[in-house]
Amino acid sequence: MDFTDEQVTRYSRHILLPEVGGKGQKKIAKAKILIVGAGGLGSPAAFYLAAAGVGTIGLIDSDAVDLSNLQRQIIHYTPDVGRSKVLSAKEKIQALNPDVQVVMHEERFVAGNALKLIVGYDVVIDGVDNFPAKFLINDACVLGGKPLVHGGILRFDGRVTTILPKKSACYRCVFKQPPPSGLVASCQEAGVIGALAGVIGTLQATEALKIVLGIGRPLTDRLLDYDAKKATFREIKTKRNPHCPVCGEHPTITTLIDHEQEACELKQVKVEA
Amino acid sequence: MQVKINGKPEEVLGGTVMDLLKAKNIDPHMVAVELNDAMVERDHLGTTPVKEGDALEFLFYMGGGR
Repeated sequence: MDFTDEQVTRYSRHILLPEVGGKGQKKIAKAKILIVGAGGLGSPAAFYLAAAGVGTIGLIDSDAVDLSNLQRQIIHYTPDVGRSKVLSAKEKIQALNPDVQVVMHEERFVAGNALKLIVGYDVVIDGVDNFPAKFLINDACVLGGKPLVHGGILRFDGRVTTILPKKSACYRCVFKQPPPSGLVASCQEAGVIGALAGVIGTLQATEALKIVLGIGRPLTDRLLDYDAKKATFREIKTKRNPHCPVCGEHPTITTLIDHEQEACELKQVKVEA
Repeated sequence: MQVKINGKPEEVLGGTVMDLLKAKNIDPHMVAVELNDAMVERDHLGTTPVKEGDALEFLFYMGGGR
């Protein structure tokens, strides 16, 4: 694969980096990255990955754009209210960079389709808003052997971590199961500062590109917590937990399960034993 | 005795990790607890003693994304 003159110009600030160069830019052009959730985290992640020239970006979301999304979900514009999120995001990505192939998955990420959805991708980005989906993404990536960049935001706090299945701590190594129903507020209930989604989603995109390029030190075995009010980052060391129910020595989760909880609603959660 | 909680030095009474959570009014279902960089199983919170100089992390769920 050779770059056109236009592409060399477009990606020149990448190509200038010794860690990227033409070779790295080709890796980016061949990369397939799946973004689960075309919302607060997915928007900045999709924009930066598109600008970077990622060859294929998959987008999973079954929702339509709501007016209350626009405060942080920057890939959707005012005229998009009521339209499909994946379609709205695809249009912006292609307007930004026609080199990118966008695959729209207009469906919910559930146990029944999770492994099929991730199989064709190199890296998965978690941009979902609820715990059942976050746990499902973790489990699917561990079972499917896909690198995962996890992100979460609430109020003024955000968290990022990279999971290399069976090589580094997974989400369940730290948090064994979703929180009991009603105990943890959702963004819808508790609010979130919009720009925080940009900070965390952009960190996720950066981590995904590092994985694609094979450079630097991935954000594995560490949680990176950002406190926007204090303007501080804190790193919490984690490690693989031998008792982890999905990647531990005696896993109890060997097939995918749906934890029952609707997006951004706190209903009864069924927690597996 | 002095311990570190989420990176900050704190003076606490002795006891178990569960005692510490109770004293701080934290529901044990809301946190994952790390003691000196190792996870403490929820079932063991009430039997794991906190010692001088321990480093504890109370990790809360952080949910949103959309």
